[in-house]
Amino acid sequence: MSRALALLAVDPKGLGGAVLHGQADDRRDSVLALFDQLVGAQRVRRRLPPGMAAERLHGGLDLAATLSAGRPVEERGLLAVAEGGVITLPMAERAGGPVVAALLGMLDSGSGTTLLALDESMAGEEPVAAALRERLPFMLRLDDQGHDALDERPTLGELAAARNRLPHVTVGEEAMKSICHTAMALGVGSSRADVLAVRAARANAALEGRTDVSEADVSVACALVLAPRATRVPDVPPEPPAPSPEENDPAPDTGEAEQPVSEMADRVLEATTAALSPGMLEGLRQQGGGKARGKSAASTVTPRHGRRIGSRAGDPRTGARLDLVDTLRAAAPWQRLRGARPGKVAVRRQDFRVQRCKAKNGTTIIFCVDASGSSALHRMAEAKGAVELLLAESYVRRDRAALISFRGSKAEILLPPTRSLARAKRALAALPGGGGTPLAAALVAAGQLATQVAAERDAGSVLLVLLTDARANVALDGTGGRPRAESDAEGAARALRSMGVPSLLIDTAPRPGAFAASIASAMGGRYIALPTADAQRVRGAVEATREGLRAS
Amino acid sequence: MSPSFPFSAIVGQHEMKLALLVAAVDPGIRGVMVFGDRGTGKSTAVRAMPGVLPLMMAVTGCRYGCDPGAPCEECEDRRARGERLRSGKVPVPVVDLPLGATEDRVVGSLDLERALSSGEKRFEPGLLARANRGFLYVDEVNLLEDHLVDLLLDVAASGVNVVEREGLSLRHPARFVIVGSGNPEEGDLRPQLLDRFGLSVDVRTPTAVAERIDVIRRRDAFDRDPGAFMEEWNMEDAKVLRRIQQARKRIDSVIIDDAMLGRVTALCMALGTDGLRGELTLMRASRATAALDGAKKVTLEHLRQVAPMALRHRLRRNPLDDTSSTTRVERAVAELLAA
Repeated sequence: MSRALALLAVDPKGLGGAVLHGQADDRRDSVLALFDQLVGAQRVRRRLPPGMAAERLHGGLDLAATLSAGRPVEERGLLAVAEGGVITLPMAERAGGPVVAALLGMLDSGSGTTLLALDESMAGEEPVAAALRERLPFMLRLDDQGHDALDERPTLGELAAARNRLPHVTVGEEAMKSICHTAMALGVGSSRADVLAVRAARANAALEGRTDVSEADVSVACALVLAPRATRVPDVPPEPPAPSPEENDPAPDTGEAEQPVSEMADRVLEATTAALSPGMLEGLRQQGGGKARGKSAASTVTPRHGRRIGSRAGDPRTGARLDLVDTLRAAAPWQRLRGARPGKVAVRRQDFRVQRCKAKNGTTIIFCVDASGSSALHRMAEAKGAVELLLAESYVRRDRAALISFRGSKAEILLPPTRSLARAKRALAALPGGGGTPLAAALVAAGQLATQVAAERDAGSVLLVLLTDARANVALDGTGGRPRAESDAEGAARALRSMGVPSLLIDTAPRPGAFAASIASAMGGRYIALPTADAQRVRGAVEATREGLRAS
Repeated sequence: MSPSFPFSAIVGQHEMKLALLVAAVDPGIRGVMVFGDRGTGKSTAVRAMPGVLPLMMAVTGCRYGCDPGAPCEECEDRRARGERLRSGKVPVPVVDLPLGATEDRVVGSLDLERALSSGEKRFEPGLLARANRGFLYVDEVNLLEDHLVDLLLDVAASGVNVVEREGLSLRHPARFVIVGSGNPEEGDLRPQLLDRFGLSVDVRTPTAVAERIDVIRRRDAFDRDPGAFMEEWNMEDAKVLRRIQQARKRIDSVIIDDAMLGRVTALCMALGTDGLRGELTLMRASRATAALDGAKKVTLEHLRQVAPMALRHRLRRNPLDDTSSTTRVERAVAELLAA
């Protein structure tokens, strides 16, 4: 960690900053103090208060001063004030879009200001905006670096020498190859990561007194920059590429297209893999192929509740809350025109500003219930009970439920997404049973409904709960026959996975079969065998999956 | 303002570069949507555009950078007051719309300073005005608030920004090529918005080590000595600039014959694209590509090059078929556009 901070002090312009992940405690304070010492006294430091308005960053009209002076008074933005210095952003994970955008602009412009984003998110919470993480080279975790001594640090003289040396440091072909090779082996997609690793390697060489980047520099850079971005564990041992294409195809394609990976690259990769933290490896191994749903889908802008994100012109009488400060701000420039006397403020209707808020949306749970003859009728009762229980809770949570039943030759939506307990109860009571098991049709219907829900304006996340014994015997076109029915169902399940719908399959068969499990894995969802599923246990399983959904 | 990375030094990403050039040659194509992960050179490419775009004539002092041949209302007023309008060559604007931009900043608002100091009601132009006759780049357009996206696309389509707020009422020209970027995994764009973009390209990180090394090698050279690096690529950028210039002159005389038009409709019908935007865009884009190639006539090769970018975002999704739309377009192209 102290190494990363030292590199940041050597090349603030090229590297830009770091994310420090951990709670506000003594350890973090000592890390920040260390960085303070490294950057030296001459650089400006600014700490951005959490929840600060983005206007403060850009500067602009100073309202209070303007009103009292009766002429426009400009205020310098914090970005301009801190140029070339250090900006600390506490509770970085809470920073809103405008603040993040301003900081991104600052990083992209190469102003030389260092950004320390202090990420205080707990496990399962939304971390710092991805766009910021992408641009900051280092992601330092304060908790799992307990053994890293902070006192191994370069002196100010050494840092100054390193800064002078930096422009003269060259990066060899081999070093670049190693970085790219490592990035690709770890599944790091962004070229920005490569570029940042190159800069980190150069800074490290400068710090070590070299003017040529060595293998050690590359290893340090890869461990610091690339390892935290790994999305997969490299195949160990690193597979040597087959030499055959090289021999068969001696095309003069500049001679470097498919060269066997050099020894240096292998050693760097190995060192970087060793730097992956154990928790992360576990996480990567468990990661399925499914795609995470974005932030934008999980929250939405609604007029009345949630966190404030700004204001807009509007009439407060429609129920939105008046934003007093912004209203005054809007009225301020007009005072002279409206002939307001000193001490009086003339506010007109067009000045009214109302608050805009952002609220998290609930989950829409799509229950897909097998009503075929093979699913014994008493399971239907249990499924109904579970849906009712969840619906009762949804009033508190803003969750919605939808119900699809499938039997005979087709699936039908019995209940479109609703929060209404009464409607749900009626639809459930009318749920008929008997006939074949058109599993594929059910999955297709569920997928369509999920897409429809996701496209809604204030959609939250979607969760599919499939209660079935998976004895599929009706194909998608309504004809009988187990083999076709099963292959269709698998196809539909894969399509659901590609749509990124999180799912849970509850196997209700008295003897759970392998096919149900394979459908669950094709959907990329969880599988739970509950041969004697009762309403409470179904509810428990749904809860567990939901928590997992939130944590991922 | 630090110099931006030269356009021609961007490694690979041919489809994205072609789409941007096509849009530069024929702004009527209406915008390019670039999908892809972070760090694939999307922003770099767009920000490099001014380097390859010919300078344009603009009225000096006009806040909308309007064309001397077709002056805006404000310039007309100035002329009516007896002022002689001068004009000069200026670079084509490429304006960045930051993710957190407010409606005020985008549309423009009351000029607070003027209002306070002289009590004068004056319009302070926003980003749309600055982007007039140039490019407007919206990073992460899929995360932008809906009402702003609607507004942007509406202005992009009409070429006029109508302001009715804060007691202001005016309109000013805002003709620009909108370039959006986004990562589809972080939220989709509504299909009706997607359809408004003329072209859509997918960018990926290069998978060949050699290409990735090129990326960082050039970046490193640029970081170390931007001046020398720009110098080195100056010639290449100038070549691209000339290509655009020539293509703009040539495009009106490029012929697309009935046989080619037949292929265009056949392709769109086979893919089941909604509406006629697909056909129209494909036709315009292939004509622009031919013009860029210096050809007099659109050939199959031109169609093949632009068919995926003109059509891939206009296909209906089939829930049972998880093949990407790119593959579907390519399959249809291979089938129907065989020589």
